[in-house]
Amino acid sequence: MMQYFNDLVLIFDSTVRLAVPLILACLAGLYSERSGIVDIGLEGKLLGAAFAAAAMAAVSGSPWLGLLAGIGVALCMSAIHGIASINLKGDQTISGVALNFLAAGLTTFLGQSWFHRGGFTPQLSADQRFNPITLPFAEQLKDVPIIGEIYWELISGHNILTYVAFIAVPVTAFVLFKTRFGLRLRAVGENPKALDTAGMSVSWLRYQALIITAVLVGIGGTYLSIAQSAGFNNNMSAGRGYIALAALIFAKWKPWPALLVCLLFGFLDAMQFRLQGIKFPVIGEVPVQAIQALPYVLTIILLAGFIGRAVAPKASGIPYTKER
Amino acid sequence: MSVRVPLPRWVDVALLPILNVVLAFLIGGLIVLSVGQNPLEAVGYMIYGAFGYGSGFGYTLYYTTDFIFAGLAVSLAFHAGMFNIGPEGQAYVAGLGVIIVALLLNGLHWALMFPLMITAGGLFGAFWAFIPGYLQAKRGSHIVITTILFNFIAISLMGYVITKILKPAGVDSDESAPIQAISRVPQLREFFALFKNSPVNLTFLLAIVALFFVYWLVWRTKFGYAMRTLGRNPTAARYAGISSSRMIMTTMALSGALAAMVAVNNVGGVQGRLILNFVAGAGFVGVAVAFMGKAHPVGVALASLLFGALYQGGQELAFSMPGITREMIVTIQALVILFTGAMGDMLRIPLEKLFARWQRTAGGG
Amino acid sequence: MATQTSSKQRLETAAASAPAIELRGINKHFGAVHANRDIDLIVRRGTVHGIVGENGAGKSTLMSILYGFYTADSGQILVNGQPHAITDSRHALALGIGMVHQHFMLVENFSVLENVVLGAEDSPLLGKTLAHARAQLKRLATDYGLEVDPDAIIEDLSVGQQQRVEILKALYRGAEILILDEPTGVLTPAEADHLFRILRTLRDEGKTILLITHKLREIMAITDEVSVMRQGAMVKTLVTAQTSPPELAEAMVGRRVLLRVEKGPAAPGKVMLEVQNLVVTDDFGIPRVKDISFSVRAGEIVGIAGVSGNGQSELLEAISGMRDQLLGTVMLNGEPLSLRGDDGAARARLAGLAHVPEDRQRMGLVTVFQEWENSILGYHHEYGSGLGLDIAKAKAEAKERIAKFDIRPANSDLKTANFSGGNQQKIVLAREMEGNPDVLIVGQPTRGVDIGAIEFIHNQIIKMRDAGKAILLVSVELDEIRSLSDRILVLFDGHIVGEADPATADEGELGLLMAGVTKDGHAPDAGPGTVPAHETLIEKNLTEMSPQDNKDKSGLDE
Repeated sequence: MMQYFNDLVLIFDSTVRLAVPLILACLAGLYSERSGIVDIGLEGKLLGAAFAAAAMAAVSGSPWLGLLAGIGVALCMSAIHGIASINLKGDQTISGVALNFLAAGLTTFLGQSWFHRGGFTPQLSADQRFNPITLPFAEQLKDVPIIGEIYWELISGHNILTYVAFIAVPVTAFVLFKTRFGLRLRAVGENPKALDTAGMSVSWLRYQALIITAVLVGIGGTYLSIAQSAGFNNNMSAGRGYIALAALIFAKWKPWPALLVCLLFGFLDAMQFRLQGIKFPVIGEVPVQAIQALPYVLTIILLAGFIGRAVAPKASGIPYTKER
Repeated sequence: MSVRVPLPRWVDVALLPILNVVLAFLIGGLIVLSVGQNPLEAVGYMIYGAFGYGSGFGYTLYYTTDFIFAGLAVSLAFHAGMFNIGPEGQAYVAGLGVIIVALLLNGLHWALMFPLMITAGGLFGAFWAFIPGYLQAKRGSHIVITTILFNFIAISLMGYVITKILKPAGVDSDESAPIQAISRVPQLREFFALFKNSPVNLTFLLAIVALFFVYWLVWRTKFGYAMRTLGRNPTAARYAGISSSRMIMTTMALSGALAAMVAVNNVGGVQGRLILNFVAGAGFVGVAVAFMGKAHPVGVALASLLFGALYQGGQELAFSMPGITREMIVTIQALVILFTGAMGDMLRIPLEKLFARWQRTAGGG
Repeated sequence: MATQTSSKQRLETAAASAPAIELRGINKHFGAVHANRDIDLIVRRGTVHGIVGENGAGKSTLMSILYGFYTADSGQILVNGQPHAITDSRHALALGIGMVHQHFMLVENFSVLENVVLGAEDSPLLGKTLAHARAQLKRLATDYGLEVDPDAIIEDLSVGQQQRVEILKALYRGAEILILDEPTGVLTPAEADHLFRILRTLRDEGKTILLITHKLREIMAITDEVSVMRQGAMVKTLVTAQTSPPELAEAMVGRRVLLRVEKGPAAPGKVMLEVQNLVVTDDFGIPRVKDISFSVRAGEIVGIAGVSGNGQSELLEAISGMRDQLLGTVMLNGEPLSLRGDDGAARARLAGLAHVPEDRQRMGLVTVFQEWENSILGYHHEYGSGLGLDIAKAKAEAKERIAKFDIRPANSDLKTANFSGGNQQKIVLAREMEGNPDVLIVGQPTRGVDIGAIEFIHNQIIKMRDAGKAILLVSVELDEIRSLSDRILVLFDGHIVGEADPATADEGELGLLMAGVTKDGHAPDAGPGTVPAHETLIEKNLTEMSPQDNKDKSGLDE
């Protein structure tokens, strides 16, 4: 019994670790899509930020400077996306796809040019990374059955970025529904003309949303390379940006459901590692590829049938044109 | 607020796209410059590598073949109003169709085998694109998201099939058993010595045929008319009685079949076996090619040749200038999509002003 | 609600102080279109000032400039005697100018309260702002009779109530000058009546009101002064009491137009189109057409009258095969039509039904196509055998139609977007009429079409009738319905609430039916927009114009 409980706590623990980049990317997408900008480029931003953070941490030795670089790169990419989709009124999907290729190409190219390690950045030492934090009393409570164990394994012992991700959920819910900015953000994604005629700048609001998007996804990318791992490797975002986008659709663009869906996907990911190599009765060993594909297959099944009427913000994906 | 005068047609269809591509390359050049390499020197190596000698040119045409098919696949779907980002996965799965028929009938003369490979590969590729089409048409799942996800699923599926099923015992590398020489698609060097030992094969001629076919289909048939109506105005399509669900599914299947020819080129024409990750990004280049070529076969042909030259030239470059990796091409590809696709109108406004001024001085003088 | 002072007194009082608004030499271009030419205008404080003109006369552009939504190319704006360069809407609001747009600028899934405060929030946190706004709304409601539930979600409100929210938005921001752009286009006569009472109250409280409309009746009913615009220019400004609808109509159009449609008596033959117990839902599954039955005979025009949004669009789309009907049968020439699936329109067309859609740019045309390509839309299967498209045949027929319907410019290779509204409508009409259908269904045939083309289009429809076709006409322009139809059915909230003979029906009676009030005095179904019967009596001054005047101006609206 206790053995299963321990296993469960460990699985949930890795669920949390794997869900963090998804939560950050998903909330990032939430701000941008709520403002009416579709962001396929989350994947590229995660990757770009991961590379910048790892490169900066390796060069400067400081994870905080790494974080700053990660966010900086995400901001630059958001700026490109903003110019293309807000100022030039271009197609947001195409712009996002271009950003994903840009990140894939540049991270490898620059990585090789700068570090000559086949696209990898140098291995980071502990003080160049974000390390686990032990919460107060965790040590003392460690041996208390159940509660203490959950506190020690599941809640304590994560790095700061993990806590940022989880705090970002209630903060987003508050900003979205209880503040002036949130009201305007939701309005600009539904009917930008209502804001324009009330004398507000649609473009500026959308840029603000893109800035928040960049900060969150920048933290997410940083988490990948200098918190979860000890350096950058090629294509290390591995589709998480797309999964976050799918999670956002499931969650119907709401922060708390977004958290739940991201945890679910994180859980699937965690199970993937646990199930590898285990022989089941009758079906035998489940191929590793099947487990790898599961989140994608599940996403498609859900997209095809179970999300009900997920109504996107009405102005989503449509450039705002004032002139007739 | 500005007075907008429409641009002359030649500016719209030729000058503007060319300027956008030039801009993409200029920025690419600046990036190369920023890591301390000489972009002009790089361009020199690339041009030589792509066109300077027979087998280099052959390789250029080989890559061009892939890009024409992938570019046409994206273009065709685009005319029906869909953004198919899945040619990569569609081509990969099509490889399975090609290798199945080839290994089952191994030893059959290529004149019979070639059409069989085209058919089998085409069917597999069509199937892999049909599912997202079906999901869009009947379940309303967004085609961009589903085709992306299908690329990932294709990687897992094909990884399993190649490593666990097709890989013969005692072989180390992840690949299928070989196709006999007589069954492989003949390479053009067998007819033209010029191409030396390059892999360009008969599939290249198939690509030329496909260019004409797509032009005919889109602009000269009732089906193409219905497709363009749907792509430009879905409500008008419904008004006209054009079944959008049928059009979406058919167009996606055709698009996938076009992407599938990448597999015929590689599996049947060059490797003679199915190799893990053989598509290697060619499907994604198709996205850039389609945007750069404005989804028109002439544009797709030119853009494919350009990217073919970049890929081959990039190989040469990686040998001659070790500081530059081939991934620079992916960056160029991204910049091309950005400037011809999403930011295609960036230079339009200054150009419009310029032409308005010209007209005024010409008219006033 | 009686007015305390007469119009004359108001104008005299207002003349003593600086005008609320003065425009001097306003010019605005959109590309090659000169939308406003040297506009001068004086609007006196505390009056209702009407601006009339045909569609495209430049009224909305001028008001958008005043509201800071567009910037004028040249000219000067004076508010309360002071010149201001109004650069954006915020600036206009700060000067006390509020605007109620033709298409409401509301966020549909927000509450009334949220919409009212949007952009005028007084603190970064919403709680305080909303509490303050709630109190304000209550005060405005009692002061001006603008009652709306502050917590209602916009999409659940009737159009009239949504308009009240728009007015509340402006007043909440302290507007002293209120611009209303075509405010009655979407209202029932009763709702319009309610609106006018609100406007009178506002005026009596000292607000200045600018009313943009193309309906002369409204001008006569409520304004103190009226300015007429034509083709981007200001023609004249008149004191309403000293002018008449015919004078205004002439100023609007610039020439005397023959407004009656010449048509002989109908000779109805056998039933060609029969609709039985039709129920149709909208995109959200809400029934919009509720158990409708009617028939149309060969050689007659049946007109469907009604305020827009009462199920007309869904009815047209269901019969033409563009929308899955939920229940019921559509019979064409005695045979039931199978309209299910996304290609239902193709089967309807094959059975002999042609459809001129309500919204030609959204449905009936692909505007980026060349003219000849649109000339075969829906009929492309008839061009060429096998897979190929017979382009030569399509172009040849397009050219014939261009000549026959006088489509200008006469160039079948030109992009359709480059044709004017009237010519685009002719492209659609030519296509649908030349297919030699048995049944023609026509939605809003002259919306956004210039006067010259209106006459032509009306005559073509009559010609089709005289050729023995069954025609179903849907229009929100009551005058159009009355002058073209042989029978009128009135649609309200998805029901046919009455039938009338255009020769004998009077406007008041039709107006009541359109508001859902049947002869026994109550609505069949309490839909949105329904109001107690005693409120729907159209005020005397709304019907002051004689029936003769009404006929004279038929076809002028739009």
